[in-house]
Amino acid sequence: MTNNLDRVELSLVGRKRSERLFKFYGFLGILIAFLFLITILYSVISQGQKAFFTTFIKVNIFFDSEIIDPQNQRNDEDIRYANFNKIITESLKKKFPENLNKNDSKELSSFISSSEADYLSGFVVKNKDYIGKYKNMWLLASSKIDVIVKNPEMEDLDEEDRLISDKQLGWLNQIRLNKELKKELNKNFFTKADSTEPEQAGIWGSLVGSFLTLLITLVLSFPVAVAAGVFLEELAPKNKFTEFLEVNINNLAAVPSIIYGLLGLAIFLNIMHLPRSAPIVGGMVLALMTLPTIIIATRSSLKSVPPSIREAAIGLGATRFQSVVDHVLPLAIPGIMTGTIIGMSRALGESAPLLMIGMVAFIVDVPTTFLDSSTALPVQIYLWKSTAARGFVELTAAGVIVLLVFLILMNGLAVFIRQKFEKKW
Amino acid sequence: MKKKIITFTALALMLSNQSEARDQIQIVGSSTVYPFATVVAERFGKTSGFKTPVIESTGSGGGLKLFCKGLGTQHPDITNASRRIKMKEVKNCEKNGVKDITEIKIGYDGIAIANAKSGPTFDLTLRDLYLALAKEIPADAEGGEVKANPYKMWNEINPKLPAKPIVVIGPPPTSGTRDAFNELAIEKGCKTFPGRSALKKKDKKLYKSQCRALREDGLYVEAGENDNLIIEKLVANPDALGVFGYSFLDQNKDKVKASKVDNVFPEFEAISSGEYPVSRSLFFYVKNAHASVIPGVKQYVREFTSSKSIGNEGYLVSKGLIPLPKSERAKFEKDGKTLAKFDEKLLKK
Repeated sequence: MTNNLDRVELSLVGRKRSERLFKFYGFLGILIAFLFLITILYSVISQGQKAFFTTFIKVNIFFDSEIIDPQNQRNDEDIRYANFNKIITESLKKKFPENLNKNDSKELSSFISSSEADYLSGFVVKNKDYIGKYKNMWLLASSKIDVIVKNPEMEDLDEEDRLISDKQLGWLNQIRLNKELKKELNKNFFTKADSTEPEQAGIWGSLVGSFLTLLITLVLSFPVAVAAGVFLEELAPKNKFTEFLEVNINNLAAVPSIIYGLLGLAIFLNIMHLPRSAPIVGGMVLALMTLPTIIIATRSSLKSVPPSIREAAIGLGATRFQSVVDHVLPLAIPGIMTGTIIGMSRALGESAPLLMIGMVAFIVDVPTTFLDSSTALPVQIYLWKSTAARGFVELTAAGVIVLLVFLILMNGLAVFIRQKFEKKW
Repeated sequence: MKKKIITFTALALMLSNQSEARDQIQIVGSSTVYPFATVVAERFGKTSGFKTPVIESTGSGGGLKLFCKGLGTQHPDITNASRRIKMKEVKNCEKNGVKDITEIKIGYDGIAIANAKSGPTFDLTLRDLYLALAKEIPADAEGGEVKANPYKMWNEINPKLPAKPIVVIGPPPTSGTRDAFNELAIEKGCKTFPGRSALKKKDKKLYKSQCRALREDGLYVEAGENDNLIIEKLVANPDALGVFGYSFLDQNKDKVKASKVDNVFPEFEAISSGEYPVSRSLFFYVKNAHASVIPGVKQYVREFTSSKSIGNEGYLVSKGLIPLPKSERAKFEKDGKTLAKFDEKLLKK
């Protein structure tokens, strides 16, 4: 006897050690995952937060009547076509008294975003009194100036490696000394769609595109998936055929998403002739992808409703359909909703199937209907990532932040619904 | 329940309206032309009153495939290409009813062979490139017979080159850049062997397949249609060389530096004068049957061919496009105005 006890005693040290080791490995695993998460979040946020602000330059604009309206007719159409780029360049030149040659003024005019000429022409059409007068205005800086202002370490690079020349850097420092430089909220980022100029590009267009796409996905997949889930779980007879269906649904949930894109291309575009790049097609493709996820969620939350509920309803004379619709389904709804939201947030992050149906495209107009061309959030991030201009680096990270915020919001909603409404038995 | 029925009816109604014409130009094609086409499209959308065209970057080959699929609003109106259309593609177009197309050449692009700033500067010849990257190389100096490419290091090919392993990151076969690289760099390097040139006269098919095929043993790495990715991989791996368009080199001078090819750096003047050997023309193709149906196609073509966009002082030049000589640009401006039909006889067999 003592012999056995001794053996147990002796092995205890080893067993305890392996438990500690197991704990340690588990902890190490979590630590590594956490470190990766921190690294990703840090790099994304430290880059991305720069894009939420943009640089403005104060210019005392002279609305030269010679350029805007030489005939003094105050005609809207003529004013609109006046050369406002020249007005900006001439007004900028006044900041620097030294003589500037033609090349210099070209370099100087590249300080201001190309969108500002349109802005000024719109301003003058509305306020004709300013023609011939001066006005101090904050104009949007071009992206390369913005990048230099946001990344001061670039000033130390050699001239050829920097985005701007030594001369331009000198002007920039002078503007900064005169306190004619400010950073403000980047409104374009939150209100515009894609652009080739980083300072004029925004996330709004793709956000609307994602919203329209997900709306279609929800409207198509939710009712179908819930009906299918209820049928399979509650009403269908258990036989070879329903078993076959079940296996297939579980398999579909694991099919790579690009396959659904190919299906969409073949059926929705080539056979049904729906328009390319439209949210309606994107929504249909993503609905196919989300269906199995919601069906599985529906079935498992129906399963967790205790049989006593069904038996009681049937015992009181309800039909099986009544017992399901009036008693079982309402109890399962929180679980179904959670599954749906998780399926939706997966669809929000999806870009591969959209590639096949033309939603990975350069689109400047913000979509307003389900048939307009549009992109989606992850697609916009990908497009910005593959653009050459330097200013898009920060926009890409900012796009990732916006996508992450929406994913966290949706998953938070799922957690909230589960905790608030789910019944514990 | 009622609400759902209403939503579904609304959806069904929207779907039934589908046969209506599209009012937005759709463009597909080359990722090299994409940054230029997007600038033109954006300007066009701002100034013309038409909707801004939608542009997808699918690669030249992918674009021409979509373009040639047929007539009708579900097919694109214009495709960009960083190489000329091939006879095979013209035939495919005609088979699907796309018989009347217009070819517009917009300018030149140099293909840069570059590496990270921290690495050594390469001074390559076309022959070096061929020997480093071809699948099969001549067994002797004459070049009559071929053997599998044995080289692993640059200095095995040419003792003047650095003692670094051969790693070249470049575009996949769907890319026009890849086609042009194979034709302009690899094939020209191949021709420096007399035995290969002799083969061209004897068996053209075999010659083409042997002189253009890149090695598949992992030393040439395909990086997808994303030139930024290539640049990032170069920064991460200072030993690697990358193959991409001049405009990306121009924008990333702080990260990568170009190699000399046949003693010339890929610079603006050298490419436009034709002195830099690995440069190609950029094109787009217009489906003329769509020009009268889709609003804005003609005006877009006019904007893209005007001197203010692709002329010597044009806004695309500041984005890295290398402009055409004046007379050639004038010809394509005229072609664009009249939508002159592309003559397939111009293509070499």
